[in-house]
Amino acid sequence: MTIQLGDVLGHFGQYGGRFVPEALIGALDELEAAHNAAKTDRGFQAELTELHRTYTGRPSIITEAKRFSEHAGGARILLKREDLNHTGSHKINNVLGQALLTKKMGKKRIIAETGAGQHGVASATAAALLGLECVVYMGEEDTRRQALNVARMKLLGAEVVPVTSGSRTLKDAINEAMRDWVTNVATTHYMLGTVAGPHPFPTMVRDFHKIIGEEAREQVLALTGKLPDAVLACVGGGSNAIGIFHAFIPDEGVRLIGLEAGGDGIETGRHAATISGGSEGVLHGTRSYVLQDENGQTIESHSISAGLDYPGVGPEHAYLHDIGRAEYRAVNDDAAMAAFSLFSRTEGIIPAIETAHALAGALVLGNELGPQATLLINLSGRGDKDVQTAADYFGIPL
Amino acid sequence: MSTALDLVFEKTRSENRAALIAYIPAGFPSKSGCEKAVRALAEAGVDAIEIGYPYSDPIMDGPTIQEAAEISLKGGTNAADVFSALKVASDTGVASVVMTYWNPIEKYGVKEFAQSIADNGGSGVITPDLTIEESARWLEAVDNSGINPIYVVAPSTSDARLAKVTSKTGGFVYAASVMGVTGARTNVSVDASALVARVKNTTKLPVSVGLGVSTREQAKQVAAYADGVIVGSAFIKLLLDAKSEQEGLDAISALAKELALGVREGR
Repeated sequence: MTIQLGDVLGHFGQYGGRFVPEALIGALDELEAAHNAAKTDRGFQAELTELHRTYTGRPSIITEAKRFSEHAGGARILLKREDLNHTGSHKINNVLGQALLTKKMGKKRIIAETGAGQHGVASATAAALLGLECVVYMGEEDTRRQALNVARMKLLGAEVVPVTSGSRTLKDAINEAMRDWVTNVATTHYMLGTVAGPHPFPTMVRDFHKIIGEEAREQVLALTGKLPDAVLACVGGGSNAIGIFHAFIPDEGVRLIGLEAGGDGIETGRHAATISGGSEGVLHGTRSYVLQDENGQTIESHSISAGLDYPGVGPEHAYLHDIGRAEYRAVNDDAAMAAFSLFSRTEGIIPAIETAHALAGALVLGNELGPQATLLINLSGRGDKDVQTAADYFGIPL
Repeated sequence: MSTALDLVFEKTRSENRAALIAYIPAGFPSKSGCEKAVRALAEAGVDAIEIGYPYSDPIMDGPTIQEAAEISLKGGTNAADVFSALKVASDTGVASVVMTYWNPIEKYGVKEFAQSIADNGGSGVITPDLTIEESARWLEAVDNSGINPIYVVAPSTSDARLAKVTSKTGGFVYAASVMGVTGARTNVSVDASALVARVKNTTKLPVSVGLGVSTREQAKQVAAYADGVIVGSAFIKLLLDAKSEQEGLDAISALAKELALGVREGR
């Protein structure tokens, strides 16, 4: 099978591409050129590697989840600990790369969108580190749900703009960031936080996250002497999943499994499982799967996890799904929260609720495959930010 | 074969003036209100009308058009309402086009959408987020249906790219006057005249300027160098601010008459 991961126009099969106002084409071309140059620029790569070693905390370690495994059919479970990165998730991999590119392009201002606040915090962090002005767009609804992260961004020196249009959540924050970018494109870089959006974002953000899978593949081989049977990751926009999948794509024996947010259940219509419950369409500059109605209007997504609460998904995932190289399953809110609780109590690690979707998927898959199987899970983020949500869910008084 | 839009520009060129093009979203301020507004604009002397297809994620639009789109979508506006408003416009005798983000076209069916435009007397479609690289199916469809594919260019568009985009364009080239989103502005940027000149180096097509025009004086200034003057947010703001539907219709009619004078004073 020939797998075509990004042509010169940023297509993954029929997906990807650019659906944007002409005003942005120049900036996207400039970004693509900067990214392509950086790939072979030893100075750039050395600077990024050094930042990852001394600031991010890479390589992230592998932890074996022995007690959790007992609930997953005895399958051997290995965790790629992206939660231990600086700022608490995989998001830092991408923002440091893009912040260095921003400096290369001579721009001094970055804008970012954020849902749960993790990408906003990571962007504000990278901006502080490299001396860039940072404006973060966040749905007004999310600024209330994630007040602590708003404060974190402000402490880091970023301006947080609450977005009051549309559904006042992540998708509207992206709309507003795009409007800012159309207006200020000459001086501003849009630090998109996932593997979606117009080309070159899906390819570039994947390239900054693929280090996750490259490290994990070597680590798992060194530890177990073989490749894992399956690699699991949660999928909202899909950046942590692409990050860990990418190095394993040529390994045809390794199943790649993305866990989408099933919300109240796909059958209820209240979910964020774009591949499992959506259809082909164009949103935010790229062709992929989209949650949309019969007129092509975007439908609001629903998930207990703000970071997965997005009605689109990266085009590379749409392609990997269609060609059968990756599988996508939906995990409902309740199953994710049960895994969140179980994992906290068996492993002493409070995961992000996003990540808990992948853990719930591992419980099911482990029971399907049995104790001979080895599962690699991307532990994409830690759960500090979710304490309030989890306490509300489990009825723990604060 | 010429569309009604092509004929409008032939006429305005022969009269040595710019065309006045008005934008209004389908289903705004209501389904019937939109039809009344279309008739009022046509009677007041606009040369062409753009019917907007309201979209849930309008990244090229400022707060005024966003608000109108939200009102329209809450009223349940769909493709049938867009075509019906288009037909009302074309029945008045003005040229009519639809302006829409890409996804609703794709969901409706690319061929079918182009044909429905033609069937309802429309001359073309403005597609602000469709790049020429992603246009193959669309260009085939508009060609089959005999309508104009109208692309938007911006001050940041390079000369080389302008040539590529205008070579695919029909009807007129939509020149965005500034880097930014739709909405009334105090000054229409000097970028606009420079952009129009650069576009004209690449094509014989008429060039119309949109984004920011709201007054007779601005219409006059733009009409000095452009073939068309596009006004949208200014009309919508009047309809949003009006205390009654009739007051809104009277206000847009009065503004359209002023603007129609403006486009005749530019040269």
